[in-house]
Amino acid sequence: MSSLSRDDVANLARLARIEMSEEELISLSNEFTVILDAVARVQEVAAADVEPTSHPLPLRNVFRPDVVVPSLTTKEALSGAPAQEESRFRVPQILGEE
Amino acid sequence: MAISYDEVVAQYEPVLGLEVHVELNTDSKMFCGCSTVFGGDPNTQTCPVCLALPGALPTVNEKAIESTIKIGLALNCSIAPFSRFARKNYFYPDMPKNFQISQYDEPICVNGYVDIEIETDEGAKLFRIEIERVHMEEDTGKSLHVGGTTGRIHGAEYSLLDYNRAGIPLVEIVTKIVSGTGKYAPEVAKAYVAELRDILRSLGVSDVKMEQGSLRCDANVSLRLIGSEKLGTRSETKNVNSLRSVERAVRGEMIRHAELLNKGERVVQETRHFQEDSGLTRSGRSKEQAEDYRYFPEPDLVPIAPDAAWIEDLRASLPERPSIHRKRLQEAWAVPANEMAAMINADVLEIVEATVALGADPAKARSWWLGEISRIANDKDVAIAALAITPTDVAQIVALVTAGELTDKLARQVIEGVIAGEGDPATVIAARGIKVVNDDGALMAAIEKACAAAPQIAQKIRDGHIPAAGALIGAVMKETAGQADAARVRTLLLSHLGQSDS
Amino acid sequence: MIRSNASEMAAKLVAGETTSVALTAAHLDRIRAVDVDVHAFLHVDSEGALAQAAAVDAKRAKGEKLSPLAGVPLALKDVLTQKGIPTTCGSKILAGWRPPYDSSVVANLKRNDIVILGKTNMDEFAMGSSTENSAFGPTHNPWDLTRIPGGSGGGSSAALAAFQAPLAIGTDTGGSIRQPAAVTGTVGVKPTYGGVSRFGLVAFSSSLDQAGPCARTVLDAALLHEAIAGYDPKDSTSINAPVPAVVAAAKSGNVKGMKIGVVKELNGDGYQSGVRTRFEESLELLAGAGAEIVQVSAPNFEYALAAYYLIAPSECSSNLARFDAMRYGLRVGDIDGASAESVMNLTREAGFGREVKRRIILGTYALSSGYYDAYYGSAQKVRTLITQDFNKAFARCDVMVSPTCPTTAFKIGEKSNDPIAMYLNDIATIPVNMAGIGGMSLPAGLAPEDGLPVGFQIMAPAMQDQRMYLVGAALEAALLSKWGAPLLSQAPALAGS
Repeated sequence: MSSLSRDDVANLARLARIEMSEEELISLSNEFTVILDAVARVQEVAAADVEPTSHPLPLRNVFRPDVVVPSLTTKEALSGAPAQEESRFRVPQILGEE
Repeated sequence: MAISYDEVVAQYEPVLGLEVHVELNTDSKMFCGCSTVFGGDPNTQTCPVCLALPGALPTVNEKAIESTIKIGLALNCSIAPFSRFARKNYFYPDMPKNFQISQYDEPICVNGYVDIEIETDEGAKLFRIEIERVHMEEDTGKSLHVGGTTGRIHGAEYSLLDYNRAGIPLVEIVTKIVSGTGKYAPEVAKAYVAELRDILRSLGVSDVKMEQGSLRCDANVSLRLIGSEKLGTRSETKNVNSLRSVERAVRGEMIRHAELLNKGERVVQETRHFQEDSGLTRSGRSKEQAEDYRYFPEPDLVPIAPDAAWIEDLRASLPERPSIHRKRLQEAWAVPANEMAAMINADVLEIVEATVALGADPAKARSWWLGEISRIANDKDVAIAALAITPTDVAQIVALVTAGELTDKLARQVIEGVIAGEGDPATVIAARGIKVVNDDGALMAAIEKACAAAPQIAQKIRDGHIPAAGALIGAVMKETAGQADAARVRTLLLSHLGQSDS
Repeated sequence: MIRSNASEMAAKLVAGETTSVALTAAHLDRIRAVDVDVHAFLHVDSEGALAQAAAVDAKRAKGEKLSPLAGVPLALKDVLTQKGIPTTCGSKILAGWRPPYDSSVVANLKRNDIVILGKTNMDEFAMGSSTENSAFGPTHNPWDLTRIPGGSGGGSSAALAAFQAPLAIGTDTGGSIRQPAAVTGTVGVKPTYGGVSRFGLVAFSSSLDQAGPCARTVLDAALLHEAIAGYDPKDSTSINAPVPAVVAAAKSGNVKGMKIGVVKELNGDGYQSGVRTRFEESLELLAGAGAEIVQVSAPNFEYALAAYYLIAPSECSSNLARFDAMRYGLRVGDIDGASAESVMNLTREAGFGREVKRRIILGTYALSSGYYDAYYGSAQKVRTLITQDFNKAFARCDVMVSPTCPTTAFKIGEKSNDPIAMYLNDIATIPVNMAGIGGMSLPAGLAPEDGLPVGFQIMAPAMQDQRMYLVGAALEAALLSKWGAPLLSQAPALAGS
């Protein structure tokens, strides 16, 4: 029986950078009880000796040569920017540091 | 309650972990064909891939893979027969996809080591730094914080983003725990980064310019009581940008930790930022609540499985290990160890080697680079490599001096001219009208003039007081604007006054 | 003119009986007349389409050698970038964004002189089975405007069924080409993963997404398949091999001696009776055409849905992280003193719909430390088991078949509050994506109880896409001779025609 509490959902929403109302947190938490039960079925057959598949094709070593190709123009690069200044994307103040 | 470094190491054993990020010098980015040239106008080296426009997909730069394998081989690592890229998920505006393509549990190179040698109280001592992994990832964009305290994040009103650097290939080299270095921990850290830098430079895979950020070191430091097995809490000092700073940062953190521990306080697990001016670190992001990066295999890229033949080709192409190369040079040039160390410290070894390769005498080449040219670089506060003088220029100058066509003093003028951008030595000599005055007639005229101007001194010399000759030689040199060969002037002057060197 | 097939239109263009401009204008007229009811399109590029058509006509007039579909109009799912044309993915978060580059699919369409009419409606970021999750309102099924046209590519299939376009592009992550085709009585093909470049396809789930052709006939789908498929160095997961001979297969339709495997697990309980009736009937027709019908079993298919609802949300939680209000798209809450983080949070709250948020949160959870092995890791193992089931079954047959979906089109709003019931629509289509193989849906007739289209699904091993076209063409021919006219001739006329 898997479930996610309201606080669990709030923490996930923080990780996923989505603001959520109290109402949304609670309703998602309720839905997840049902959804997690359904998806947890994968554990019934996921035995230790089964190799995981992360990719449907058995491709290996796909590379491109180290050759410079034309970039977008600065205008094209910035064409979708909600705000820009001095050929740069203007964004709200960044808190915290990486 | 200040505590001295000696007191720290009397009580505690430092444990280090070093993470070095190296920007590879590929022409194009890690996952797209945008140029990696440093210093372009903002957002001129971007495309749908490195801007993370919807729908764009990464493609792997083959040369970046080769360079990483070479690094792994040079660091005595084993190359994984199967490795994968993984997504490291976290939100940050300088990272367009809000995930970084990196490697997680399947890095391309593992389990290597680097041997370094440092001077200790008991003489030269070898330390083996074990490498845990070498993996590939991509760099972030650059943010410029505007308003508030400019340049600092806190207090900024807004930020401006330039993604030219986003997606430049980075290799991260992570050591295993480095212990047993005792009081030499700061020197060991510095020597390790220096050795790594030399190895990377010899491989030709990176510009390894710490001041431009193409080689950056994060130093993890913790202390434990001597004799204790249990590791202390570590701090991670980010982006230490010079060799000297590596040493200072480690030493500073050791002292800071010891002060906290002695006060009975705990060390906070956090990121700290090294400050060049004070040599201290300031607190950054706390890592107490471990960030959950939700790594998973990058589904847009396929695994890397280098075949043995490829790896062996790359292994065969590796240059001589820098430490061995240095020993060989030292013997060939018959240079004392301290002189060798001076060249390494001043970062001129490679350039001296290039000059010698062009035919210059090793001692002469060394003395020009380490002396006059280093002094000018210091005055200008730039790296020697950034000066407009090349090994070819210096080799030519050395040859001219040897041929007697330039005096040391004139050679300094030529060097100054070359560095000032006036052209190669021949051009500078021609333009400045520099030449050794070898015409004895002209010299004699100047000597007679000097003697006439200072008859008492001339008389002293005639009376056998040879040291007085210096003053007259100076006057002659002044008269000939320094272009005379001082030795020749001396000979002519003494014979003119009936004396000779004996 | 608009009711003919793409290949018939192409023939008329070649014969000089019509021009691309006339053909394009006729479709634009049709869109203007019926799209107010159907809402298949999010953006119609009349000017661009007519200009492209005029350019093709000019090339033809000069006697240039043109590709088979040159001058024929097409509707493009709004999840593929087209330079300068709004691309929204059915989401508010991308409203107004005009990409500065063409997706590889669009580049291929342009290279083949296929005229792009506009962008079609879809569930937001392709998450859904009904097109009800579009931020710009649902698309209506031309067979019954109160019903869903399937999803996520409901706009593309509805445009075909409403004769707004003879060709369309869809994308299929768990059935988003095939299920809409099934419920609208059209043909949809999900090629082998890697057969069509994903460059410029806005990613939902990178390891499952695949673009493919949508059309009204098997041959039209094959012609479009050939036009868009092929190796693309911009997509590292693209297959570097010749495109399977799908057009030749569609023209042949010879299934004599082919073994057709009926998947035991994709039938029976939970499948509407009319769906089963039409499926059985189709099997008889294929047997009549010379194919051998065999029974195959795929015991792990029952776990496919659960694995899919872990893998796709996990990948999407990462793929959709880039929609953060910094570089493009919507920005909300950028008031004085706001932080980048709060603007991201508020923008993603306002810009994403409920289903997208639900999946992002689910995926964030499935990848989080401590739960990865139990959820994402286990789902990847199920993926291996499903692939093994396919491999075993394909050792006994050339293609596998099933109904495309358990039911015919349901009413708009009927399942929108029950995510699990909604997810069950894709139970028969998802295994194909999990294994990366090819799948096709084509019309098998109308369910007797509700008179709505039923889809027949054909699955072929990886890189054997031509087999689907052989079987599809054979079944289509048999059904056509039985019905006497294409199924879509029984669809309501809609206003304006």
